[in-house]
Amino acid sequence: MELEPVIGLEVHAQLLTSSKIFCACSTAFGASPNHHTCPICLGMPGVLPVLNRRVVEYALRMAIATNCVINRKNYFARKNYFYPDLPKGYQISQYASPLAEHGYVEIETEGGKKKIGITRIHMEEDAGKLIHDETNPMSYVDFNRTGVPLIEIVSEPDIRSAEEAVQYLRTLRDILVYLEICDGNMEEGSFRCDANISLRPRGQKEFGTRTELKNMNSFRHVQRALEYEIKRQMFIIESGGEVVQETRLWDESQGVTYAMRGKEEAHDYRYFPDPDLVAVFIDENWIAQVRSTLPELPGAKKQRFMEEYGLSTYDAGVLTSDRFLAEYFEKCAQKCQQPKSAANWIMGDLLKLVNEDKRTIKECPVTPEHLAEIINLISEGTISGKIGKEILEEAYSTGEAPRAIVEKKGLVQITDERFIAEVIERVIAHHPEQVAQYRAGKEKVFGFFVGQVMKETQGKANPKLVNDLLREKLKN
Amino acid sequence: MKITKNEVLYVAHLARLELTDEEVDRFTLQLNDILLYMEKLNSVDTSEIEPMSHAITLNNAFREDVVLPSISPELALANAPEAQGDFFRVPKVIE
Repeated sequence: MELEPVIGLEVHAQLLTSSKIFCACSTAFGASPNHHTCPICLGMPGVLPVLNRRVVEYALRMAIATNCVINRKNYFARKNYFYPDLPKGYQISQYASPLAEHGYVEIETEGGKKKIGITRIHMEEDAGKLIHDETNPMSYVDFNRTGVPLIEIVSEPDIRSAEEAVQYLRTLRDILVYLEICDGNMEEGSFRCDANISLRPRGQKEFGTRTELKNMNSFRHVQRALEYEIKRQMFIIESGGEVVQETRLWDESQGVTYAMRGKEEAHDYRYFPDPDLVAVFIDENWIAQVRSTLPELPGAKKQRFMEEYGLSTYDAGVLTSDRFLAEYFEKCAQKCQQPKSAANWIMGDLLKLVNEDKRTIKECPVTPEHLAEIINLISEGTISGKIGKEILEEAYSTGEAPRAIVEKKGLVQITDERFIAEVIERVIAHHPEQVAQYRAGKEKVFGFFVGQVMKETQGKANPKLVNDLLREKLKN
Repeated sequence: MKITKNEVLYVAHLARLELTDEEVDRFTLQLNDILLYMEKLNSVDTSEIEPMSHAITLNNAFREDVVLPSISPELALANAPEAQGDFFRVPKVIE
């Protein structure tokens, strides 16, 4: 009996608004405990939450970008439960009428493109943060995060492997970051994921008993936790046992999932419409207005880069993984009209400089126009590729224009054949031993001569000329 | 009866209420009356009427995404039964 995993993911994404969802407290990360709180987010009696318009706009962006049907009328509901990180005793969320439903995203798998359905996207408030005392039976509560806006994105159980799950998560995160509505930081918890997973005999329609996995703080955790859980459930089923429906936590250090402590109480959230918040009506105008502000999404951009610029799947993937990197590439490619060179320079030397500096492409001191200038200086033969790299480094540290650097440092490529020939003759005259070796058939020595000529000319000699002239001179 | 004692105890537990036996009996009767009254409302034909989620007809009451000063942590913690530093302190709970 071949078993097939069935996986559905619930993703929580923190929205990049300045203020909280229902009050004017700041959402900034890293403030001192309880410094971003007020009577509303602390759940004091008699306060009135008022919805932040930008939360709806941001949620709408994601809903449109993931091909969802927008519910014209939607409202908030109270999800009732007790936990110390939830001061009101209920979380304001959406239940019967989420913002959007019935969407999908396309992911890349080894077998080609695959659609993963999105069941729903709804808006809700985040809970506070609990810090557990290591030595005393105490917990400390910080309500700064309480009321930070979230969207919850629930997938259909369309995912069939740990790899697909990670691919789906990356796709969602790329879209969220492109839309500039979430920073996508899994470690800091602004992009979080829970997974529902079960196994069933391939071909069977009904689902098996599922477990819910939590506490996965990176793509790697998600991948490893799902792989582990697939094996664990497979072992249980194949040895004749039954999977227990429960919530399990991923332990990264041990590489295992374990059942959450405490008795598994059936949750009874008693959802009902929140009387403090009026309904949200979203008309065609609003949808059209949000749609008109959407940027080109990563999938479409990648496709276009391949068609328009003739880039490989890999190159197009790297360059579109970040919206600003993609913008950088396009500006550079349009300026120099050499998209493949632009791609190579950006993905190679430029990103290396930027990464070593722990900067992002947005903060790169070399403008796309300047990089295009370097590429043009090389293709027009003014400088060699090697000098190009030096100029890039110089431009990176000084911000100066490449052409100015070339002139200032006298780095213009030497293309004077007579001059190069003279240098070559000098080099040959000084190294009779190597000349003999070369003429005796030791091909490798050729590189030595190229190196010597380049050294004599401070790397400025046109490499092709050097090669051609050297071969000729060494022949006789 | 529209509701059993066990259901009353269950709802009380969800609300973290401790009830005496006398209260359980009393609330069972009271809740039963309320449910009977609801039953009466159920006899009205509402098939042509859209469900209502709010008593007021206002929609789209928004605030703009503007940060205003929060209250001081001292004030935030003023009603806390227990606090430590700028934190609220609670008995350790691990879900």
